[in-house]
Amino acid sequence: MTTLDTHVHDLGMPGNPISAAVADSVALAGEKKTDLKAKDLKTDQEVRWCPGCGDYVILNAVQSFLPSLGIAREDMVIISGIGCSSRFPYYMNTYGMHSIHGRAPAIATGLAASRPDLSVWVVTGDGDSLSIGGNHLIHALRRNVNMTILLFNNRIYGLTKGQYSPTSEVGKVTKSTPMGSIDAPFNPISLALGADATFVGRAMDSDRKGLTDVLRQAAEHQGTSLVEIYQNCNIFNDGAFELLKDPNTGTQWSIPLEQGKPLVFGPEGAACVVKDDFGGLRIAETNQVDADDIVVHDATRENPAYAFALSRLSSQDLRYTPMGVFRSVSKPTYDGMMTEQLDTAKVQQTADLDALLGGGETWTVGN
Amino acid sequence: MTASTPPPIGAPHDDVSATAAHAATGGLVKSVVALDRVVIRLAGDSGDGMQLTGNRFTSETASFGNDLSTLPNFPAEIRAPTGTLPGVSSFQLHFADHDIMTPGDAPDVLVAMNPAALKSNLSDLPGGGLLILDSDEFTPRNLAKVGYATNPLEDGSLEAWQTVPVPLTSMTLDALADSGLGKKEAERSKNMFTLGLLSWMYHRPTEGTVRFLERQFRRKPDIAAANIAAFRAGYNYGETTEAFAVSYEIKPAPMEAGLYRNISGNQALSLGIVAAGQRSGLPIFLGAYPITPASDILHELSKHKAFGVRTFQAEDEIAGIGAALGASFGGALGVTTTSGPGVALKAETIGLAVMTELPLLIVDVQRGGPSTGLPTKTEQSDLLQAMFGRNGEAPLPVIAPRSPGDCFDAAIEAVRIALTYRTPVMLLSDGYLANGAEPWAVPEADSLPDLTGTVGFATGPNAAATDGTPEFHPYQRDPETLARAWAVPGTVGLQHRIGGLEKADGNGNISYDPANHDFMVRTRQAKIDGIAASIGPTDVEDPDGDATVAVIGWGSTYGPIGAACRRIRASGRKVAQIHVRHINPFPTDLGEVLARYDRVICPEMNLGQLALLLRAKYLVDVQSHTQVSGMPFRSAELAAVIQDAIDTSSTPAVPAGAAANGATQ
Ligand code: SF4
Repeated sequence: MTTLDTHVHDLGMPGNPISAAVADSVALAGEKKTDLKAKDLKTDQEVRWCPGCGDYVILNAVQSFLPSLGIAREDMVIISGIGCSSRFPYYMNTYGMHSIHGRAPAIATGLAASRPDLSVWVVTGDGDSLSIGGNHLIHALRRNVNMTILLFNNRIYGLTKGQYSPTSEVGKVTKSTPMGSIDAPFNPISLALGADATFVGRAMDSDRKGLTDVLRQAAEHQGTSLVEIYQNCNIFNDGAFELLKDPNTGTQWSIPLEQGKPLVFGPEGAACVVKDDFGGLRIAETNQVDADDIVVHDATRENPAYAFALSRLSSQDLRYTPMGVFRSVSKPTYDGMMTEQLDTAKVQQTADLDALLGGGETWTVGN
Repeated sequence: MTASTPPPIGAPHDDVSATAAHAATGGLVKSVVALDRVVIRLAGDSGDGMQLTGNRFTSETASFGNDLSTLPNFPAEIRAPTGTLPGVSSFQLHFADHDIMTPGDAPDVLVAMNPAALKSNLSDLPGGGLLILDSDEFTPRNLAKVGYATNPLEDGSLEAWQTVPVPLTSMTLDALADSGLGKKEAERSKNMFTLGLLSWMYHRPTEGTVRFLERQFRRKPDIAAANIAAFRAGYNYGETTEAFAVSYEIKPAPMEAGLYRNISGNQALSLGIVAAGQRSGLPIFLGAYPITPASDILHELSKHKAFGVRTFQAEDEIAGIGAALGASFGGALGVTTTSGPGVALKAETIGLAVMTELPLLIVDVQRGGPSTGLPTKTEQSDLLQAMFGRNGEAPLPVIAPRSPGDCFDAAIEAVRIALTYRTPVMLLSDGYLANGAEPWAVPEADSLPDLTGTVGFATGPNAAATDGTPEFHPYQRDPETLARAWAVPGTVGLQHRIGGLEKADGNGNISYDPANHDFMVRTRQAKIDGIAASIGPTDVEDPDGDATVAVIGWGSTYGPIGAACRRIRASGRKVAQIHVRHINPFPTDLGEVLARYDRVICPEMNLGQLALLLRAKYLVDVQSHTQVSGMPFRSAELAAVIQDAIDTSSTPAVPAGAAANGATQ
């Protein structure tokens, strides 16, 4: 995500990412404003999620925190696919495209790669990004295109009225699985880390502070960021995350990831994370291990194996779920490298159309 | 079997007289025969370098000034087992002292580098044609591989042709004895020996090839030297051997003054895209997934980054077009290139482009289908897919180039329409155009259409809310073109959301209103139909204006149909050639044009897709003539079909007995 003051994006400088045609019309339209309020990001469209849907809280959190990034709203673009969450762009007073099922990361890739001056966001769901769009998701992550992907995971198909999704637990009884689902689910964080994603985080819809914190880091990250947001679908999968939300059980089963802090959690810090004998991680009782053996969280570890091991601590029923930023490493972005190659080519070669058309072996007739 | 006094090669038609002159070369008396045209086919194993040899001979021929047309034909396998029938690769070149329209129906000369090449190509060589064989390759093992029980060089089965067995391999090895190369490596230069021989036989200039070899192998000077030595040895062999008593001269063709280059369809199409970007001022963004026979466009465009061309090799066909559409949303000229199976995968995104009314160029280099079909062969069977292959009423413009060079202009025209009307446009090339080549008059950049006026990004509100506040309505249309307003992200105050759901007229909000949907469906159709106003009348060639039979075609059949019509006219009959470049929408006068003729024949490399459209739209009894062999039509066959139509139509236009088959094409 670019956090540059877009008002000063370097128009006219070498390597200017915007074409003259775009730059001219953008300049003609007038001054950009970056001191926004949450209400500046609301549209006149009636929000049409079911009352009580977790999407509302996420929308509010996003609208409240975005102004703090200092990006003009006309420089933000939100691309979505299909599903309940993919209605998101209609409610944001930015540029947006509500595209087709699963393809948002591909569309956003073309936009981000050709317009590095923009802040590009993808809003998607577990069906959209992990079933029909799984291919685009993993490729966007490995390329490290500069964009932020918000994956609303409600572990169900909402818009099509309640079939199991690729994150539903085995045994789940739904309209299409009356005898229980026999599909093993994806763990989206593990999947993203398998694709070597440079930024991977997880947050809860109802945890405004935690969500905002992860979103901010994701937005500031250069490259593709994936944020899995646990989102309650109160109509078709109500209470899916209750184990983590309930104050009585939540502290017991969530592992807060705080950079530089030992991974100790649970009531009175009774549980912790230590290395296991096979290069992975395991849960231990804090009073049974040496304090030095408790793992200190570091999301900037180059090797994704650590973050992957963290993602494997949780089970399908959500016990021992790490929440926060799993991985945040710096790598060149796809759009940055593409711009660099264009700049290099422009130095090596002049863009002379006549020379191009008349290139190769030619001959002259007459005269 | 030595051809001591052969009849002229390359002029099997009776209206051309070959003139012989005698020249003394190297002590031998050799005659020089003037021809008006020749068709040569080089055939060998995929590993023999036949495509390279063909391309070099083509370049020599182009720089000499002949008109020419080429037909490369290669297997889908990268390298089938050596010496087998599936591994045969061939290259046909037709060159002439006048303008020609096709790579030729049948070769006058066949060069076969091994028994497999002989077996799979001999049936195309008319009796009396010149057959040059690499006699070294006719070993019992190679013969057995392709099922020859006896050696055709010895069993008399080649008597119907002027057969000249030449030990090409061993002569190449002899020529390179001192090169220091191993046998295997030296042998690989036999294609250059063959090229040298042909260059002598047809008086081709040789400097270009020498320069090419030096350039090509600049990092391996010993290989360059060996290839040049083999090339010269082949040339000298022709000059001194008694095996070839005749060489041939084909004068340059009259062409308009100007700068020329030889160009393939895929190259021309790529350059057309770059030119369209430069002339519109928009950066090109190509999203593509490799697929035969379209990949060369991706390769070519990826070389032109200096022109601001971004190329993105996507994870699949869907991502290719998705990224292109995303780039268009951002104010680039989005392009995606593919072949038929890829279009099938892109269908849903094309629908999204129709709905979001963003400019997008979709290039379909058609190949044999259905499914994986015949990847390296040509066909025109994606027309109906291009027209209708989407859910819902999703009209889009369809344009087809007619020759390799025309791919350049067709690409620019497709971009003009995409930008002017804010719509995805389908450009239908095919394998024959993509890989075939012809001389191309290089245009001056300034003479190309100026497309800057077609962009017009919105910079301010274009409507007002009910309370009078100025607003931006993304679906506010230009009254003339019906194009919607195009505001790019970054533009202050024009934030808007688009997508696949139905839009309310004007403000573009989601709308499920039945009347609005009906209106929007009809408006999208009307926008595409309205493009006809910008495309000019139908292209009709009817020299006397009184033909009663017309032949209508689209795309790459233009050449074979044109050559067939020339034959028909040379026989004293009359025929009109109608060529449709814009297939959706058709030119406004097409219905009237068709109604002028008693009979309309429509040859297509499919099972009658254009014919179906014409019959449906104009209620004209179009007679379909189809072929789906993966190869272009032969003009003699088309001429026979046309002649039959003329001679059996109610009022015969010519005296009986005048055959159309022998005419110049
Ligand atoms: S179906 Fe579920 S996810 Fe969809 S809007 Fe309703 S509550 Fe939200």
